[in-house]
Amino acid sequence: MFFALLATSVLSLFIGVADLSINDILNADTDKLFILSVSRFPRTISLVLAGIGLSVSGLIMQHLTRNKFVSPTTAGSLEAAQLGLLLGFIFFPLAGMVLNTFLAFAVTFIASLIFLKIVDSIRVRNIIFVPLVGLMFGGILHSGATFLAVNYNIVQDMNAWMMGDFSGILAGRYELIYLSLPAIVITYLYANQFTVVGMGEDFSKNLGLNYPVVMGLGLFCVSLTISVVVITAGFIPFLGLVVPNIVTMIYGDNIKKILPEVALSGALFLVVCDIIGRLVIYPFEIPIGLTVGIIGGIIFLILLLRRK
Amino acid sequence: MTAATKKISLLSVVALSCISIFVLYKMGNSWEFAFHSRTIKIGAIAIVSCCVAYSTIAFQTLTNNRILTPSIMGFESVFMLFQTLLVFIHGENSFQAVGSLGNFLISTLLMIGFAFLLYLLIYKRGVDNMFLLLLIGLILGTLLNTLSSFLQLLLDPNNFFVVQGKMFASFNHINQDLIGYAFGVLAITLVIGMRYTHRLDVLALGKNQAINLGLNYDRNIQLFLMLIAIMVSISTALVGPVLFLGLLVSNLTYEILKTYKHHLLIPACALVTAIVLVGGQFLAERVFVLSTPISVIINFVGGIYFMYLLLKKRKL
Repeated sequence: MFFALLATSVLSLFIGVADLSINDILNADTDKLFILSVSRFPRTISLVLAGIGLSVSGLIMQHLTRNKFVSPTTAGSLEAAQLGLLLGFIFFPLAGMVLNTFLAFAVTFIASLIFLKIVDSIRVRNIIFVPLVGLMFGGILHSGATFLAVNYNIVQDMNAWMMGDFSGILAGRYELIYLSLPAIVITYLYANQFTVVGMGEDFSKNLGLNYPVVMGLGLFCVSLTISVVVITAGFIPFLGLVVPNIVTMIYGDNIKKILPEVALSGALFLVVCDIIGRLVIYPFEIPIGLTVGIIGGIIFLILLLRRK
Repeated sequence: MTAATKKISLLSVVALSCISIFVLYKMGNSWEFAFHSRTIKIGAIAIVSCCVAYSTIAFQTLTNNRILTPSIMGFESVFMLFQTLLVFIHGENSFQAVGSLGNFLISTLLMIGFAFLLYLLIYKRGVDNMFLLLLIGLILGTLLNTLSSFLQLLLDPNNFFVVQGKMFASFNHINQDLIGYAFGVLAITLVIGMRYTHRLDVLALGKNQAINLGLNYDRNIQLFLMLIAIMVSISTALVGPVLFLGLLVSNLTYEILKTYKHHLLIPACALVTAIVLVGGQFLAERVFVLSTPISVIINFVGGIYFMYLLLKKRKL
C-alpha cells in the first residue's frame, strides 16, 4: 500500500501541462525545479494530506456515532466548514486566512456537536436513517450559506470555491493543510480510546474511560482536519465514507490497527482520482470534486445495495 | 362541528383574507394589469400549496417521522441539472430554444422518470427498505448536484444568472398557460390521492400494524410514492425547488391541528402553505421590498425551525 502510494505520488509529480522529466531534475534545470517546488510538490503533498485527513476523519466519525454511514459528507461537516468560511469572507473580508480558518473550524465543531445530539435523540437506531438526517442537516446549513450568498450576490463564486479542486494549489497557498497533521497524530495516539468509545457510552464508562473528554477530543480533531481541507481544496464528497468502509470490511474494526491502512488508502484514492482528472481532458482538468464524487458515489451505492 | 373542522374554517378565512389583501392592496391606476399579474401568482401559489401539502404529509406518514421532506429524494437535483444543461447548451437563448411549456413538460417527465428508475433499482433487487430507497435517491441527487455545479462553474456569469434564476422558487415570472396545464394534472392526481387518504391513516400506524389490518403494504407504498413524485415534479417544474417549505408547513399543521386524520391534515396543510407563501410574498414584495427570492428566505426560516424541532423534541 505504502509503495503504491509512493509510486502514484511520484507519478503525480510528473503529470501536468509543463513538461517535466526525471532528467530535468537530475540536470538541476532551474526553471523545471521551480515548477516542481512551486506547483507540483505542494499539489501532491496536499492531495496526500487531504486524502489522509478526510478518510481518517470519516473513520473516527463512524466510531463516535457508531454508524457505518456517517462521514464528513453525511453529517453536514463539509457544509458547516463552507458556512464558516463564507461568514469569514463576508463579515471580515480583510482578516486573512487565520481568522477564516478559525471560523470554519468553530462552525464545523458546533455543527458536529449538534449532529451528535441529533443522533442521540433519534430513538429508532436505523443505520440508514442517521445519514439521511445528516444529509438533511447538511442541506439546511447549505441553505443558510446560500441565503447569505444570494444577498451578497456571490453564488457562483461560492460554488467555485467549494468545488473540490487542487489545480489552484501553489506554494504559499496550501500550507494551512499542515494543520491537519497534528490532528491526525493525536487521532493515532488515542486510537484505542476511540475504539472503546465506538462500543457505546455505558460500556466505555464502565471501562474507566473519560467519555466526554475523548468524545470532545475526537470532534476537535475531526473538525480541524475537515475545515483545513475544505479551505485549501474545497468539497471532496464521499471519500471519508467509502475508504474507511472498504478498509474495515477487509481488516476489521480495531482503529489502531487499521488507521495506517485507512490513511494510506485514502491518500492513494485521492492521488489516483486526481491523476485521472488531469489526464481525461488533457491539457485541461476535471475538478477532483467531480471525479471523486462520481467514483465514490458509485462505490457507496454498490456498498449500500450489496449490504445484507 | 368538531374542533378540527373549526380550525380548518378559521384557516380558510385567514387564507382568503391574505389572498384578498395581496390582490387588492394598492392596485394603482392600471388596476387591470395588477389584478391580472397578481391572480396568476395566486394561482401558482395555490397549485404549489396543494402539491407541497399532499406530498410532504403523505411522505412523512410513509416514512413515519416528521423531519423528512420528499425533496431529499433528489427530484430537485434532476431539475437543476436539466436547467443547467439547457443553459449550458443554448446559452442565454435557452428559453427561445425550449419554450416554457416544453421546459415544464420535459422537467416533469424527467423527474417522474427518475422516481421510476429509483423504484426499479430497489424493487428489482427485492430490497423493500424505505430508508434505503431514500438514501439512494439522496446519493444520486448529490452526484447530479456535483455534475450541475461543475457545469455551472464553466458558465459565464451572465448565463449563470439565468441558471441562478431557476435555483430558487419564484412566483414572479410564471407563464399563464402553464398554470392551466399544471392545474389539470394536479386535479387528477389530487382526486386519486384524496380518495385514498384513509389508507394513509392506516399506514401511519406502521408497517406491521398496516399489514395486520389487511393493507397491501408494498402496493400502497408504491402508489403513494408515485403520487408524491408527480406532485413534487409539478410544483418544482412550475416554480422551482422549494426544499424545506414542506418541513415548515407540515410541522406547523401538526401543531395547529392535533389529529391523525389525513383527510383533515392535508387540506389544513395546504391552507397553511398558502398563508405562508402569500403572506411571505406580500411582506417580501411590498413591505420590505427585498431582492432576495422568497423561497431562499423560507428555506432559511424552515431550516432554523427544523433545528429547533430536532433539538427540542426528545423523541424523533
